[in-house]
Amino acid sequence: MITMEHVCKSYRIAKRNAGFKEACKALFHREQEEIQALRDVSFTIQDGEMVGYIGPNGAGKSSTIKILSGILTPDSGQCLVNGLIPWKNRIRHVKEIGVVFGQRSQLWWDVPVIDSFLLLKDIYSIPDSVYRSNTDELTELLHLKELLRTPARQLSLGQRMRCEIAASLLHSPKILFLDEPTIGLDAVSKLAVRDFIRSQNQLHGTTVILTTHDMQDIEALTSRILLIGRGEILLDGTLEDIKRGGQTIDETIAQLYQEYEI
Amino acid sequence: MKKYFSFFRLRFSMGLQYRTAALAGIVTQFTWGAMEVLAFRAFYETDANSFPMSLSATCTYVWLQQAFLALFAAWLMDNELLESIINGNIAYELCRPIHIYDMWFSKSIANRLAKALLRSFPIIFIAACLPAPYGLSLPADPGYFLLFLLTLVLGLAVTVSFCMLVHVLAFFTISPRGLQMIFVSAADFFAGGIIPLPFFPKKVQFFMELLPFASMQNVPLRVYSGSMTEAELAKALGLQILWLLLLLAGGRKLCQYGEQKLTVQGG
Repeated sequence: MITMEHVCKSYRIAKRNAGFKEACKALFHREQEEIQALRDVSFTIQDGEMVGYIGPNGAGKSSTIKILSGILTPDSGQCLVNGLIPWKNRIRHVKEIGVVFGQRSQLWWDVPVIDSFLLLKDIYSIPDSVYRSNTDELTELLHLKELLRTPARQLSLGQRMRCEIAASLLHSPKILFLDEPTIGLDAVSKLAVRDFIRSQNQLHGTTVILTTHDMQDIEALTSRILLIGRGEILLDGTLEDIKRGGQTIDETIAQLYQEYEI
Repeated sequence: MKKYFSFFRLRFSMGLQYRTAALAGIVTQFTWGAMEVLAFRAFYETDANSFPMSLSATCTYVWLQQAFLALFAAWLMDNELLESIINGNIAYELCRPIHIYDMWFSKSIANRLAKALLRSFPIIFIAACLPAPYGLSLPADPGYFLLFLLTLVLGLAVTVSFCMLVHVLAFFTISPRGLQMIFVSAADFFAGGIIPLPFFPKKVQFFMELLPFASMQNVPLRVYSGSMTEAELAKALGLQILWLLLLLAGGRKLCQYGEQKLTVQGG
């Protein structure tokens, strides 16, 4: 179970206007602005839920994921993931979770993907039998057979992303955080990834938290939606709650954003 | 422990695949070594008696230094680590059940060992074939050779733990380049990378030998040719161990502090 209570996080950001003169001025006086990335965010997610976490750019989605995965310490507030405080018990906590950051890579660039997998096997101390059955399952579902022997640098974005997702699931995590997992995927890969996430949830009861700008992802996968804007949770409900008759999901969401002026 | 060994193994096998880089390295190191030997020869011809080490010992120092450059060169920072901090890929490493410092440490050691393994043997072989006193001479006696190996390992560990400190400082700055430049130049000079430490004036030398930099390449390279007395050797070994422990403890503390403060920016 995941609970977040009254979590706040702010960043200090240096700002200046364009131009050389301004740059010189900034040498002596630095203008800093404090941005409230998260203000008083609270929610609870039960085991086995699939939750879509949506909001416009800069709303605080990634900050939330980073706090939940233990790599960011919030300014204030409580957060418990399966009874552990992520940033305090980082090492014990991360054993139980899998994370995919769509914008970054976890595979070793110059070696075949399978070498990265073997390293992960040792990092998470995955028993041989579990490792074998997991790789077999992942290879089949994500069509990785041809890719595993290729160095990561020679894979296309979509191919690499499928390997990244597999890499995050080798240790059978109980919770999966997906931060824009379908970025840059072609239609076939997107469908494969979605099918795969759904089957993980059904077969293993994996809790999935998904941030994305692709509303089809949300529609296909999640039953519950959390809408965040300007650092606040604005809406917590099901897709049906927010959907109005006849509109596509993209239109619905755009209207929601307008409604909340975010 | 096994996790860190896996990091070591993967980084090591990765390092072994850059063959052209190794060949280029061998040629560079050999040319550089030859130039240094020629320069020292010119100095020694003016007055051989005013030098603290014999020409043969100095040449041996130079060749060993070139052969094991990858183990001791402070400027061989691990750019992968620095980049992962700059571009935020460290986010993934923080999501693993591992200690960041220990993982980086094993990666760095593996990187240096793989480089050295590919480069050292050809250089040692060619240098050993050169005529005396310009080539690499045999160790003073087998005991000194064993001591050489021991201090080599300690020296490598001190070098890596020092570099780790510089890596970890990257947590606190936007670009690590500046700090790197300062530390790297200082380390190279004070470690005896440019000229061996015995060549410095006695008083300066006394202080230089207390610095952590003297615990890097200085000790093994001088032990090999037997130019250290027993008392000097005991002191050097003690300092190596002391600095290693201090640098490790300091680096780990700083790394923990950095992890807490760290903000991974962007999507």
